[in-house]
Amino acid sequence: MSACEPLSPLAASPGLPKSAEGDPVFAEPWHATAFALTVHLHGKGLFGWPEWAETLSAELKKPGRAADGSDYFDCWVEALSALIAKKGVADPSVLRDLQKSWQRAAEATPHGFPIRLENDPLRA
Amino acid sequence: MSDHHHHHDHDHDHHHDNRYSDMEARVKALETVLTEKGLVDPQAIDAIVETYETRVGPRNGARVVAKAWTEPEFADWLKRDATAAIASLGFTGRQGEHMRAVFNTPEQHHLIVCTLCSCYPWAVLGLPPVWYKAPAYRSRAVIDPKGVLEEFGVTLPEGTSIRVWDSTAELRYLVVPMRPEGTDGWSAEALADLVTRDSMIGTGLALSPEAGR
Repeated sequence: MSACEPLSPLAASPGLPKSAEGDPVFAEPWHATAFALTVHLHGKGLFGWPEWAETLSAELKKPGRAADGSDYFDCWVEALSALIAKKGVADPSVLRDLQKSWQRAAEATPHGFPIRLENDPLRA
Repeated sequence: MSDHHHHHDHDHDHHHDNRYSDMEARVKALETVLTEKGLVDPQAIDAIVETYETRVGPRNGARVVAKAWTEPEFADWLKRDATAAIASLGFTGRQGEHMRAVFNTPEQHHLIVCTLCSCYPWAVLGLPPVWYKAPAYRSRAVIDPKGVLEEFGVTLPEGTSIRVWDSTAELRYLVVPMRPEGTDGWSAEALADLVTRDSMIGTGLALSPEAGR
């Protein structure tokens, strides 16, 4: 991506870790996926910028945060989950069940095979 | 020629290579539910990730490689005990995984495969490319490494054999590409700019001085 390509407005999210060049920095692959999901949904108009910034800020201000800020994307994902619940897309309980299902699927998948949700042994 | 390194001979039932942390699994859950509702196209998500992946991530590995190129003693240490040599620069993975450095030579090229991002040393290499997780990449890299390299625009000289390494949760690999010609006297810092992420996976070579400029 060239420097002149415009970043999504979400790159200006409160507290987003940035490199010296001003690019978002992701320490783990799921950080990038969470960021991309949010950029995509914002681009589709599921929520506006102020609503996102407000939801994220509320998560970031919750007590019990890591002193070094390493849980930034945990807050990001909580904010995205909360917005999705608020928009009536998926209840927190649905997300929680799917999260557990993905974890069982991962554990049930042998090394070298792609992890698929169908690999969850409890999924009928 | 490919050489496949599984660890099937020990402890197989006692550990799981595949594990999602709560947040990793939540992101998968979000992706699933949003895809089911037609709000998200997984390919569009991959495309967004791709625009960021080569520019982000710590890419500490480039500094490890450049140091090995300029300091023979460090290179020896990296060969013998990559985990300690890399840790000496302050780069350690979240899970403190073991690292092994494999050095490309005119006779042998190394290529690393793994379908799982959990087996990928981000702290050293930065974010994995999207294609790296594709099942097709892994199976084809094992069956036809030469063909896969050609797709990446890498043609090796006749007589260079290719060795394929399979990262696991316990042991992750770093390819040390060959130092490009025409870089005598370069500083480690300048050299690090020639070390691409792909060259440390083995799907690319280090950049030439012209390309790196």
